[in-house]
Amino acid sequence: MAQNRIETSDATLIPKKGDRQLFSAWRISFFGAIGILIFLVVYKPDPFGRILLFIPDGIVKTFQVTVFAIMLALVIGLIAGLGRISRVRVINRVATVYVEVVRGIPLLVQIFYIYYALGRIVRIPDIASAVIAMSVCYGAYLAEIIRGGIQSIHPGQMEAALALGLSRSKAMRYVILPQTLKVILPPVGNEFIALLKDSSLVSILAVSDLLRRGREFASQTFLYFETLTVVALVYLILTLFFSWLVGLMEARLNRNVK
Amino acid sequence: MSNNEKIRIENAVKVFNVYKQELRDSEEAQDDGSKAHVDKPAGLMDRNRHRRRSVRRTQLYALRDVSMSVHMGEVVLVIGPSGSGKSTLLRCINRLEELTDGSIWIDDICVSDAKTDIRKVREEVGMVFQSFNLFPHLDALDNIALAPIVVKKNDKPLARKKARALLKRVGLADKEHSYPAQLSGGQQQRVAIARALAMDPHIMLFDEPTSALDPEMIKEVLDVMLSLAEEGMTMLVVSHEMGFARAAAKRVIFMDEGEIIEEGPPEKLFVNPDQERTKRFLEHIL
Repeated sequence: MAQNRIETSDATLIPKKGDRQLFSAWRISFFGAIGILIFLVVYKPDPFGRILLFIPDGIVKTFQVTVFAIMLALVIGLIAGLGRISRVRVINRVATVYVEVVRGIPLLVQIFYIYYALGRIVRIPDIASAVIAMSVCYGAYLAEIIRGGIQSIHPGQMEAALALGLSRSKAMRYVILPQTLKVILPPVGNEFIALLKDSSLVSILAVSDLLRRGREFASQTFLYFETLTVVALVYLILTLFFSWLVGLMEARLNRNVK
Repeated sequence: MSNNEKIRIENAVKVFNVYKQELRDSEEAQDDGSKAHVDKPAGLMDRNRHRRRSVRRTQLYALRDVSMSVHMGEVVLVIGPSGSGKSTLLRCINRLEELTDGSIWIDDICVSDAKTDIRKVREEVGMVFQSFNLFPHLDALDNIALAPIVVKKNDKPLARKKARALLKRVGLADKEHSYPAQLSGGQQQRVAIARALAMDPHIMLFDEPTSALDPEMIKEVLDVMLSLAEEGMTMLVVSHEMGFARAAAKRVIFMDEGEIIEEGPPEKLFVNPDQERTKRFLEHIL
């Protein structure tokens, strides 16, 4: 496998995939975290085993919030990102104002705000308001990433598509966006991981996510140190799992390139 | 217009606005607006040095009053130094650039008229770029088949079949599943030509098709272009390839600073040009 690789020059900034070894940073952290967790549970089943049994529905909730928020944020981000490069001035301004406003308010404040303000007007479940707050916030970040990704595509691509008779929107859909996907995947993956971590903020609401379940357990038993150790390890395992997933998608998209 | 004129350009003018942002002394801005003081730091207490940022608009004439025509089945070569407006001329024909003044006609359609549905025109005018501009996320076959599928709504198997035939025609039958990054420059440019041909154009525009290629790959691209010319395709080519001009072109147009300086058959223009400016240019590229 390693023999097929063309030697990279000194100018290569990041080691290529083939350079990764058995003890890659990712493997050390991922299996390290799992190892420590198993060690703790086996070595001291009394608090640690009980904690681990107490939090699984928190993990499920965290996962739910994250996945729904990611999907909604992607939709919002794509619309706002396209709006940011729109040549229609009104659309452009609306998208820009959205991005600027949302980026400038702390996520925690937004979560509170949507929970209390929206909760006044319509009765929505806590988890829904958590998902809305997260996705509105991350939609703005993703919009900027998507805009940057679209603008990074060489203008010649649009020209070639237009010269073939494609409309601007078709050129966008069939030529520009598929290429953008590859460019934005690493930063979007980063945002996903950040979103997963920030989902712990929704424990402020009555959503019993991973962190909240941990705190519930700790407040009953006063084992804060032990509980938060387990919670941190579980978060770490989850984020590393996500980053592995992103890496997998990246590799898939890069198949076609030398 | 006479019935065998394919492209007619009348008094075409293209002006680019160039915006330059610069720091100017407000005092001196009145007399000449020179940039002489840009690099001097403004003294903190120096009241006379009020500086303001100003954006100056200068106008660049890419085309000044260009008139020409290309007849049906004719191959016309445009030569000229860089910045002479040859690429702009080509890009105005399928409205990748908007003309400032004058008009361009293809058959009986006024391309420069804002009301014209330019997409219909672009379908019938193929364009080949200096930097190929193949779609890197699609393989050679899909690069060619994309426009027929998306624009002409051909069904996929039919478009692919046609794409295969076109690849064979440009001598790349074995490369249908190669991605642009896996092809050499010459191969990429031949795929780009096939991609343009997939829309069954009446006219082909070539914008320096061989300038980005290694010398040994130029021939394979020129051969494809020659075979196109032999089949009677109307072609407008921006290129300095003398060999191609002699073999295929009926006329050569020499442009400089947005104007047509001279035009004539290649034997005449390359060997014995009338204008001094043409002579000087040819000395440089020969």
